[in-house]
Amino acid sequence: MRVKAMPNDEKNLKLPFFGIPRLFPYIKKYRVRIMVMVLLGGASSAIDAFYPLFNRYALDHYIGERTMEGIGLFIALYLAVIVFQASINYYSAFSCGRVEMSVNKDLRDAAFGHLQTLSFSYYNQNSVGYIHARVMSDTGLIGESVSWRLMNLVWSGAYVIGVLAVMLAINPKLAFYILMLLPAAVLLMTYFQRKLVLYNRKIREINSQITGSYNEGITGIRTIKVLNIEDKMNRDFRGETLNMKRTSIREAHFRAFFISTVTMMSAVVLSLVLWQGGKLTREGLMQIGTLSVFMSYAIELLEPVQGIIETLSALAGIQVNIERLTRLLNEESDVADSPEVIEKYGDMFHPRKENWEELMGDVEFEDVSFRYPDGDEYVLEHFNLKVPRGTNVAIVGETGAGKSTLVNLVCRFFEPTKGRVLIDGRDARERSQLWLHSNIGYVLQSPHLFSGSVRDNLRYGKPDATDEEIMEALKVVSADGVVKRMDKGLDSDVGEGGSLLSTGEKQLLSFARAVLADPRILVLDEATSSIDTVTEKIIQSAIDRVIKGRTSFVIAHRLSTIVDADVILVVKGGQIIDRGTHKELMKRRGYYYDLYTRQYEELLWGQHD
Amino acid sequence: MIKKYDSNFKLIWHFLKGSLPFFVLSLISAGMVSFMDMVNPKIVSFTVDSVIGDAPSVLSSPAASLVDMAGGLETLKAQPLIIALAVACVGILAALFRYAFRLSNAAGAETFVRRMRDELFIHIMGLPYVWHGENSTGDIIQRCTSDVQTVKRFVSEQLVQLIRTVILIAMALYFMAGINVTVMLGAAAFIPIIVCYSMIFHSRIGTAFRKVDTEEGKLSSIVQENLTGVRVVRAFGREVYEQERFEKQNAYYTGFWIHLMRLMSAFWSSADILTGMQNLTVLFLGTRACLNGTLTTGSLIALISYNLMLIWPVRMLGRVITEMSKAGISIDRIRYIMNSEPEKDREGALEPPMDRDIIFDHVSYSYEGGTGEALHDISLTIPAGTTLGILGGTGSGKSTLMYLLERLYTLPPEKGRIMIGDADIADISKGYLRRNIGMVLQEPYLFSRTLSENIGIAVDRPGMDQVRKAARLASIDDAIETFTAGYETAVGERGVTLSGGQKQRTAIAQMLIRKSPVMVFDDSLSAVDTETDMKIRHAIREVSGQSTVILIAHRITTLMNADRIIVLDKGRIREQGTHDELLLQNGLYRKIYDLQTAGLTDAG
Repeated sequence: MRVKAMPNDEKNLKLPFFGIPRLFPYIKKYRVRIMVMVLLGGASSAIDAFYPLFNRYALDHYIGERTMEGIGLFIALYLAVIVFQASINYYSAFSCGRVEMSVNKDLRDAAFGHLQTLSFSYYNQNSVGYIHARVMSDTGLIGESVSWRLMNLVWSGAYVIGVLAVMLAINPKLAFYILMLLPAAVLLMTYFQRKLVLYNRKIREINSQITGSYNEGITGIRTIKVLNIEDKMNRDFRGETLNMKRTSIREAHFRAFFISTVTMMSAVVLSLVLWQGGKLTREGLMQIGTLSVFMSYAIELLEPVQGIIETLSALAGIQVNIERLTRLLNEESDVADSPEVIEKYGDMFHPRKENWEELMGDVEFEDVSFRYPDGDEYVLEHFNLKVPRGTNVAIVGETGAGKSTLVNLVCRFFEPTKGRVLIDGRDARERSQLWLHSNIGYVLQSPHLFSGSVRDNLRYGKPDATDEEIMEALKVVSADGVVKRMDKGLDSDVGEGGSLLSTGEKQLLSFARAVLADPRILVLDEATSSIDTVTEKIIQSAIDRVIKGRTSFVIAHRLSTIVDADVILVVKGGQIIDRGTHKELMKRRGYYYDLYTRQYEELLWGQHD
Repeated sequence: MIKKYDSNFKLIWHFLKGSLPFFVLSLISAGMVSFMDMVNPKIVSFTVDSVIGDAPSVLSSPAASLVDMAGGLETLKAQPLIIALAVACVGILAALFRYAFRLSNAAGAETFVRRMRDELFIHIMGLPYVWHGENSTGDIIQRCTSDVQTVKRFVSEQLVQLIRTVILIAMALYFMAGINVTVMLGAAAFIPIIVCYSMIFHSRIGTAFRKVDTEEGKLSSIVQENLTGVRVVRAFGREVYEQERFEKQNAYYTGFWIHLMRLMSAFWSSADILTGMQNLTVLFLGTRACLNGTLTTGSLIALISYNLMLIWPVRMLGRVITEMSKAGISIDRIRYIMNSEPEKDREGALEPPMDRDIIFDHVSYSYEGGTGEALHDISLTIPAGTTLGILGGTGSGKSTLMYLLERLYTLPPEKGRIMIGDADIADISKGYLRRNIGMVLQEPYLFSRTLSENIGIAVDRPGMDQVRKAARLASIDDAIETFTAGYETAVGERGVTLSGGQKQRTAIAQMLIRKSPVMVFDDSLSAVDTETDMKIRHAIREVSGQSTVILIAHRITTLMNADRIIVLDKGRIREQGTHDELLLQNGLYRKIYDLQTAGLTDAG
């Protein structure tokens, strides 16, 4: 059992500048487009700030001077500005969308690609859901920040600046009155925004709780019905929704208060303009048109200011996501090929197969000590074992005793803390991971298939396998029947994660997949558990056929299945406590003997009864 | 079958119970907000024309009396502060109504959504197990979360916004018409054009959005599969293949989005042109009217303000209407759940004593849509207080038999009867039946709570000693003590991950804490090692006392001490008897026994 540690990045390790510099290259690529987008967006907003001046001209010139002269040109100019602005808007919005999507895509590719290089310690320490969110949602939030959020800042900022500039230009005194109110408004908005962020976080939490409860109620329905605890579940659920309702209404109250205050402030600004501006106009110091411009601004100014504050606070919230993604990208694999190895054998993307030696299957543990990167205790100490090619190694022990450790080392999913694992007499680290993995067949405890056809899945281990080879492999493990039963044969869909097949069928297919790859080393991880006796027998005989001539490591529950193994390793409490053949171990009357006899103790007793 | 909610409207109306007054209140407030928003331009126009300018006042009588109250036009001219205060007052009033609108709307929305969530959850809890088998979990959750959200938005945002917008448009046009009908008509002409344009665009782009969702789903499941299958990917060295697969889908998805972005940008900017033309039209017609002498300057400013108020609501209207049409699908999906028939007891359901013989009387069962019978003519008596062992392979019908006993599946009357003592289980209250037949499932489910809460979940306020005792009986106490938080350790998502065997043992403890006259173990020792298996069975034998025990397993050692064992194969009882009798029969049981003991001959 493994207690899931807090994901690495939640520890208080601070990255310089919240990890933002790490992401620069992904954004820099689009700098020209971003610049264009910012400039055009700014221009568009400046034009918005400019529109009331048309009204002023109409009021002061045509109405004030009582003439329609030049109105044609006026309309033409107005229309031209509209069309010009619309085309700017089109171009800047589209650039913005493109930047968003392109940055998203590049980040997702980078994150996914990087994940392919990370070792198992990373996967053991971070849950699938956590990693999935980094790839799929953090990237999206970051893309959105450098596009739409930035654009919002530009739009609102340019408008506010434009308005302030026009006001100062046409009447500094009146502009001054409005400017006085601005800092107070900003302070107030910032305060409210902060509070709202807190509320929203809380609401999101409760919301995911509620979704979790639905999930639990539905996936656990059988247990709920059998235990007859429907009422209890309902009660608990109602408690959660009540909490949600209360919190949401509190948030709404706060938000309503906030928004009402902002609109009220607009009214105050408007009244100020009317009061002071009215006086000026009456005294003949200002024209009506100018007054109308100010009144428009009074109403329209605060909203973009609020927009800026909202955007800034959203950006501050995204900081967490940036940090998380950066940490993922910075994560270094603790199992990596050295530059010399890559030089000779190639890397994951450009393997140099011409330099690959044939793998014979001799495995040796040489004074290996091992501790899991997230554990404190050594699970192996000074362990030595020679496994000549073709040897069948069985690993037994109770569930959770640490039977997978050796397999993890053979597959180089982890590397020894001290000592060496030799493959064909050479340190595994002297050759590339891909070389090793191309020669290992692996059948998991819980078989994992990928969505797609049966053929796609079987070819996973050998991309160029022909249908004949595939059928051959299926026959070896007696899985040809499974495929024949399916309506489209090899083209049949297995569903997401193989969901359209039974566990037994999945196991047979994953076994065939390993056979097809024709590996020199075969690993079977508790592959024979959780199926009925008849299917188990089919698989057992398949195993017997397949492991002949191959180095194999079999982790098994049922001791009856491994009595023929060349060497049996007995694991208890994470340590290897005994080894030998079945006969030797039985003779020794140790823990293995206990395990074995206890499995059949009652049976023997029953026989003689 | 009569559907409880035969139309979407009926369902929404049902859920609206309790929240309707809030929504009515919010709409009234919204109307007031719009009205207040209409007042200020009036004041401005009056000020510009008669206070700043010298035009005679053209106010309606209530407004005129207000002016008189303030001391008449001359006072206002001398004291423009009064006007300013009036504007501020209207602003404050509008703010108050705006606050009332938002708050009552939120209260309505939250009351509404809570009722919807609660009813859905409770209804789902009450639906038959068969229903759950027929519907995918992900789909039901989707209905309860995102469809619920869609319906909430439909009622509290879209519907409210629609009504609000209509009120606003009506008021703005009314006030504009009061000033100048030509200008009003000029502005109003644009409304249907913009709304239609936006509706056409949004309904057309809707399908594209659904496609984007599907593509995103595909991309997301590539990541999901890659992460859950990381061992396979690594072991076969297929990282590059995986990355290519991801990049291909990523590029396709991104490309599709960019195409969508282009369409949306084109729509936005073309709508900008229409809006701009609307503004220009008002300005032009207004200016001309001013020159004709049919309009004052202040009134023109007011008209411009009213027109500005129209712009955004009108632009949003088309979108709101198209989105509302989508809500129908979501309501339908929720209605499907609410219309599904929950489990029911017969009227006057019995609660008879349960420590009686259990009799299966010619029981047959076939799944809906399944091929052939899952169970065929099973007749079997389990005397009270004895232990029955059932041996069967995958698909032999052993779980089906137990689900029928628990009434998780309903046995049609013509397919036989299951009796406990003299009572047909169909007549027994299902809650009572399930409380008295304790069952540990093959794949136990633990709730994301602490271990002690999990063990005690079936009991009201369980005492710690009760929990510990049950844990001890199920041989899980030692394992629990190794956790730092002990019994308070959280299980599941945010807590520890238990091994299969530990899960099974916790589930056993969960059942044992409630002493039941009948106990069923449905292959619930399969992931436990043989030693613990034995320990648990001894413990069960100790506590069971007078209880009837049914043990299902495919490990013979688990079953061999039962008073009677049946071998179930393809829904039929093939063999039955005690362990020794069955061995002598030389049948399936013997065959399996030999298979499982094959290793023993070597041991000598």
